[in-house]
Amino acid sequence: MQELIAKQSKSGAAKPYSTIATILSVLAMGLGQLYNRQFMKGVILLAVHAFTLYTVIFQLPHAVWGLATLGETQTQLKKVGRLYQQVMGDHSVFLMIEGLVTIFAVIILLWIYVLGIKDSYRTGKLREQGGVPNTFRQTVSFVLSYRFPYLILALPLAGVFFFTIMPIVFMILIAFTDYTAKNMPPAHLLSWTGFDAFRDVFQMKGWNTTFYKVTLWTFLWAILATLTGYFGGFGAALLVQQKRIRFKSFWRTLFILPYAIPMFVSMLILQNMFNGQFGPINQYLELLGFNRIPWLSDPTWAKVTLVIANFWVAFPVSMLMIIGIMSTIPKDMYEAADIDGASSFQKTRLITFPSVMYSMAPLLIMSFVGNMNNFNVIFLLTNGNPINSDLQFAGDTDILITWLYKLSMGYGQYNYASVIGIIIFIILSVFAIWNVRRTKAFKEDTSS
Amino acid sequence: MSRKLRGSVWLSISYVLLAVIGVFSVYPALWVVLSSFRTGNSLFSETLFPTAFTLEHYANLFSKYDFALWYTNTLKIALTTTVIGTVLTLLPGYAFSIFRFTGRKTMMSTLMVLGLFPGFMSMIAIFILLNLLNLLNTHLAVILVYAAGAPLFFLFAKSYFDTIPKSLVEAARIDGAGHLSIFFRIVMPLSTPLIVYTALSIFAGSFTDFLFAKLVLRTPETKTLAVGLFDMISSRQSTDFTSFAAGCVLIAVPITFLFILLQRLLTEGLTAGAEKG
Repeated sequence: MQELIAKQSKSGAAKPYSTIATILSVLAMGLGQLYNRQFMKGVILLAVHAFTLYTVIFQLPHAVWGLATLGETQTQLKKVGRLYQQVMGDHSVFLMIEGLVTIFAVIILLWIYVLGIKDSYRTGKLREQGGVPNTFRQTVSFVLSYRFPYLILALPLAGVFFFTIMPIVFMILIAFTDYTAKNMPPAHLLSWTGFDAFRDVFQMKGWNTTFYKVTLWTFLWAILATLTGYFGGFGAALLVQQKRIRFKSFWRTLFILPYAIPMFVSMLILQNMFNGQFGPINQYLELLGFNRIPWLSDPTWAKVTLVIANFWVAFPVSMLMIIGIMSTIPKDMYEAADIDGASSFQKTRLITFPSVMYSMAPLLIMSFVGNMNNFNVIFLLTNGNPINSDLQFAGDTDILITWLYKLSMGYGQYNYASVIGIIIFIILSVFAIWNVRRTKAFKEDTSS
Repeated sequence: MSRKLRGSVWLSISYVLLAVIGVFSVYPALWVVLSSFRTGNSLFSETLFPTAFTLEHYANLFSKYDFALWYTNTLKIALTTTVIGTVLTLLPGYAFSIFRFTGRKTMMSTLMVLGLFPGFMSMIAIFILLNLLNLLNTHLAVILVYAAGAPLFFLFAKSYFDTIPKSLVEAARIDGAGHLSIFFRIVMPLSTPLIVYTALSIFAGSFTDFLFAKLVLRTPETKTLAVGLFDMISSRQSTDFTSFAAGCVLIAVPITFLFILLQRLLTEGLTAGAEKG
């Protein structure tokens, strides 16, 4: 029997299943599968084909038109009979999003089309070699066991796609339009303005000084916040983990408190504590005979206050992590150092510090990036204030991300906000890619 | 100075330093707790410890403000988000750690890069999207957006799953266990610290986020705790500071307790990620 099949398939080389199946699949999704006697799969793919045709014929032209023109008829008053009536025109933003969704959908459908062709070719080849194509049930169980990772990734990735990637693409598009509070759909139509908004941010007087000042402070802030948090945590970890300190877990719990209190609560609390007039800190200073300090109203002091407040919430996390890492350093290294007569300072400098640094370096980069976007601390504590009239829509302590927030939510300068968003995006990508490349989790993979 | 003497001097200095850091860590929290019991409603007080104690401000929260409603809204949102978000974080972590498949690395680096961007950078777009879906001013919208963002932080999960010996999984596979039963019966029970860490950070995140909630939830009935509390004192006069303090206590106490209770598991979860980097 087996030989018979083998013979048949040899003589069946005249029957080029794969070519026919491929041609049929190119003509319409699913035809190749039907030809290969995979009926269920074929019917499903045919349905997908019908849907694709519908999308491409009826929706794609409108989507492309919408994206290209952003609408042509403006909302206006029209005379209908004797009365003037508000006639809704095109809504540029809706057109943009619908256009994006349609184009993404078409790309996915085309991808399925290509996969369908590949599949029918492969099944055809299998038949040429005398194999029997999988039944639908076999296909399903094949997918369940060999395509399992894709299955469990589908849902999370779909969520990320809709609520992270799509909005980012949309935001990038906005940067090239004239979308502002004054020019807002549906009352007005948007139009593509190319790189105008970028040029303004970099070259227009007022905008460019604001941009450079804010960027400079963003970096300074990120560096200060990261270093204080890290070394504060390191110091606390060293103190607590000393051999002769008692009640270690009591101290740790005490120090973790700032980390455990929800951020927005603690920042609002600190905002009140640093209140220049009624806040307790100035009260105590006064009791001790010092002058009141304008914690939040003076530009320089406001920056100092931010660093202090951030230190307060940041040091517990790095303390926890560093304690964790310190517990993994082999004890015999310290014993050997003891025998050599090393002082505890030397042991810290030559054993503890390098080991901790080695493990913490990638996390330090991450926390630097995190601090560049540390919206909460700045928004809740100073809200970017004190106000500086030289700056465009920004205060003295605004970092890029809070400036972006003010521009979009506060002042409706959506296109400028998007430009800032793209700039943040680029700066972050540099760090992200650099970090991803040196992450251990990735390096391990190359060996396996 | 002998070595021994120097040692004990340093030890006393250490204790002093520890005490100073302790005060520094505890003071703001202590101040708010004490303020919440103080009579009157102003930020200003002559003394740290109130001269007269009152529970009036706590009662106020429930009579003058819709505190109970805010609390139920918040719990509803946070608990649902935690369940969905945890699943959505563990799944990619598991898939990336155990399986090798085409496109794996690209997906991983894309997710990681996307995870670095602050969620609200594209908030205008999400807002419009929700408007299109007719979901504005609903709790579902907030839950969807929070949970959909969770997979971006899969890396901790992946690093943790990496520490589980591959041989265990392979042995189970040889014994004929399916993917799902391996996941639920072998991997899950070994991953308690990870699950606790993930769930807790998602819970805390959605429990305390005010920015996005403020944008989407527009009517008083849908307000969450964070939004309610923020509105209470963001009107710059801060007229009712003591009620705000009471609100802070009621929000912070449960979360703080959770954190302290789960401290050991948290440290394990954190360091598993840290060692791997």
